[in-house]
Amino acid sequence: MLRKIIYLPIIILIFGCSENITPVDSGLVNQIYHHGNGSEPQGIDPHVVTGVPEHHILISLCEGLTIPNPNPNESNGYMAGTAESWSISEDGKEYIFNINKNAKWSNGDPVTAEDFVWSWMRILTASLGSQYPDMLYYLEGAYEYHNGIIDDFKKVGVKALDDHTLKVNLKNPTPFFLGLLSHYSTWPVHKDTVLKFGDIDDRNGEWTRPGNFVCNGPFQLKTWELNNKIVVEKNPHYYDASMVRLNEIHYYPVSNVMTEDRMFRAGQLHLTSTLPSQKCPMYIENNPDLRIDPYMGTYFYRINTENEALKDTRVRKALAYSIDRKLLVDKVTKCGQIPAYSFTPPGTNGYQPKTDIPFDPVLAKSLLAEAGFSEENPFPKLEILFNTNEDHRKIALAVQQMWQLNLGIEVELVNQDWKVYLNREMIGDFQISRAGWIGDYEDPNTFLDLMRPNRGNNKTGWEDMEYDALVEKANTINDQAERYEMLYKAEEILIDNMPIIPLYTYVRAYQLSPDVKGFNPHILDHHHPKFIYLERD
Amino acid sequence: MLAIFVKRILIAIPVLFAVASITFFLIKIAPGGPFDADRAVSPQVLKNLNEAYNLDASNWEQYVDYMSGLIQGDLGPSFRFPGRSVTEMIATGLPVTFELAFYAILIALLMGVFSGVLAALKRNTFLDFIPMAIAMIGICVPTFLMGPLLVLIFGINLEVLPVSGWGQLPGDKILPSLTLGFAYAAYIARLSRGGMLEVLNQDFIRTARAKGLTERMVVIKHAMQGGLIPVVSFLGPAIAGLLAGSFVVETIFQIPGLGRFYVEAAFNRDYTMILGTTIFFSAMIVFFNLLSDLAALWLNPRSRDT
Repeated sequence: MLRKIIYLPIIILIFGCSENITPVDSGLVNQIYHHGNGSEPQGIDPHVVTGVPEHHILISLCEGLTIPNPNPNESNGYMAGTAESWSISEDGKEYIFNINKNAKWSNGDPVTAEDFVWSWMRILTASLGSQYPDMLYYLEGAYEYHNGIIDDFKKVGVKALDDHTLKVNLKNPTPFFLGLLSHYSTWPVHKDTVLKFGDIDDRNGEWTRPGNFVCNGPFQLKTWELNNKIVVEKNPHYYDASMVRLNEIHYYPVSNVMTEDRMFRAGQLHLTSTLPSQKCPMYIENNPDLRIDPYMGTYFYRINTENEALKDTRVRKALAYSIDRKLLVDKVTKCGQIPAYSFTPPGTNGYQPKTDIPFDPVLAKSLLAEAGFSEENPFPKLEILFNTNEDHRKIALAVQQMWQLNLGIEVELVNQDWKVYLNREMIGDFQISRAGWIGDYEDPNTFLDLMRPNRGNNKTGWEDMEYDALVEKANTINDQAERYEMLYKAEEILIDNMPIIPLYTYVRAYQLSPDVKGFNPHILDHHHPKFIYLERD
Repeated sequence: MLAIFVKRILIAIPVLFAVASITFFLIKIAPGGPFDADRAVSPQVLKNLNEAYNLDASNWEQYVDYMSGLIQGDLGPSFRFPGRSVTEMIATGLPVTFELAFYAILIALLMGVFSGVLAALKRNTFLDFIPMAIAMIGICVPTFLMGPLLVLIFGINLEVLPVSGWGQLPGDKILPSLTLGFAYAAYIARLSRGGMLEVLNQDFIRTARAKGLTERMVVIKHAMQGGLIPVVSFLGPAIAGLLAGSFVVETIFQIPGLGRFYVEAAFNRDYTMILGTTIFFSAMIVFFNLLSDLAALWLNPRSRDT
């Protein structure tokens, strides 16, 4: 008897689980899409959360005036969403949006222009603590309302002319404004539902729970098991429901990349959020499911320009010119990254920066000598700060080696826990720190605005009034070519002063099941789920 | 026994109070805050967030506020997950962690006691060497290696078991329970072998045999009761360790347990979540230690008198 009991688990192991239909297989039949989604989302209130996993879920639940365009060949990254059409005044400052008359919330209520007005008022209500209010600062009076300078929301440039017509007035012509509207922070929320569970500024209202949540996207929230999965199902009230072919999307918060990789290999996921970086070179050789797409992000080193040793522009240039970016992407990152010679990734909505950062150790050494450093007066020891991560360490090691070899500078690597690293960057307690920036919308402004004085994410202490004026002025110009000329000049000033050292342009590397159709590369990695379906060739 | 129980519970209160207070001030010292992010928020937004979570008050005021909430059983809202309370999140993760720990301890006990007792009875034979060698491997191989190894064999190569999840696919609880259970089985095997060896040489065992009892009766009725006391003493801290330390297994197998909340809260500086889970785990450790002490006391008549 005892022997039988011992053998039982083995028998169950071998025979009990031998049926081998994976979730990917069954998903094909039921049109259920299994989506690896990185970490557990903070929440699904579009005005409160920030982050990529949150975006992936929200894009299925809610919809803005525009949506990301799935066709990579079209120059604009967006297309008509809840607004079926719009007109722009000649000076580029007034937008009239025509809300789709069939647009409905997931409870069947019609989506009106007034819903957008109320939602934008919510984002700009300071006490809500939204982390993306600046996405709407382009509106007349928005900054002033958010910062308590005015308290009448009627003075903010958004008005409902009737149920289906929304008028938006901008401070300046903002050519990327339509792109901004496909970002979740500008999406509408259902007023009655939000107010049923709290005030307009309640961050902790339970309106986002399954059963309570109402929004206007192609899917609606079905279940949410913390740290396990979120299931969304097709929203029958969606205005374009006939276009939606998926029945459900299951989002898995798999924070461990190795686990996610194994889940994909075992047929539990259609899509991974990322890839174990060390596997990328091998997958490039032999994994047909690997996808490497362009991505609007730059990996760079921030320089603390207020640090005594790094105040001199020649020193910063010497550091930048002694890094072999090509070697870095070929031998260290090895996953299709592109060496970066500008801060803004080239090709961002037709923007082609004209800057160059040569790899020239001789020039670098002479620049360092000009700055007064020689064998008799050696450059003081430098510190590279990075958050604990094997990939950042490898890059820092390579840079350390290059600086040591090409400039004779002794470099120490310092890794810190994520929050400590952020804190040290914020208070300026660093010399060189690793950084990355992913664009929020498809325009060079999302990068160049960062380096303006007094911007919270500048963190380098670098201030250049000419640069600031150029970026500021560029946003008041309606003509894209003229505007880009200004931004090119600004970018040249930036690279000439080198408060940051761009290293490479990111790529999006992930695994995608061949069953997934309609999932095209998108430079911001935004994929509207109404275009995605499952079909086996 | 009741007196001991009451006394230990009374001691536990100041212990938990100290844990809560020390943790509170330690996390305040740690650099970085819950709202620090790669995309830094403007000072105005940070001010609004701090106001929303009462972080603009002095540390002392926050402490008094938190402790008075704690006494009423309110662990506060999570900073990382707006709209979720810490109590709710613990309640969500706890049943899963408990279930995982239960299966793991069951596997550990079955495998550990069986091989330990067998090794002690068949001392210096292959039936001693082989289980003990495996136990040594179990102690040496960490779960973060054992887990992926089992996944590779049973999930990817043989394709008989799911590689992750909990209660989603048939059989997905087997590999995580085995991974976690195996590490503890190894300790239990070594402990039960040692305990049994010590008891088997005692006079009362010789007496039992002399009385003509069968070997099975001698082992089960007499030897195991004394021989397994070290195992019982180990079980308290082991269960507490299983609950608090299942983070690695939960991460490898994508299990929505409490361990992941605990560790991720620390990384995210989710102050209330760190406090809530720390206090909760401390209470668990105190409770299971007490239970195992009481069980050992009950099994061992000698220590009952002292």
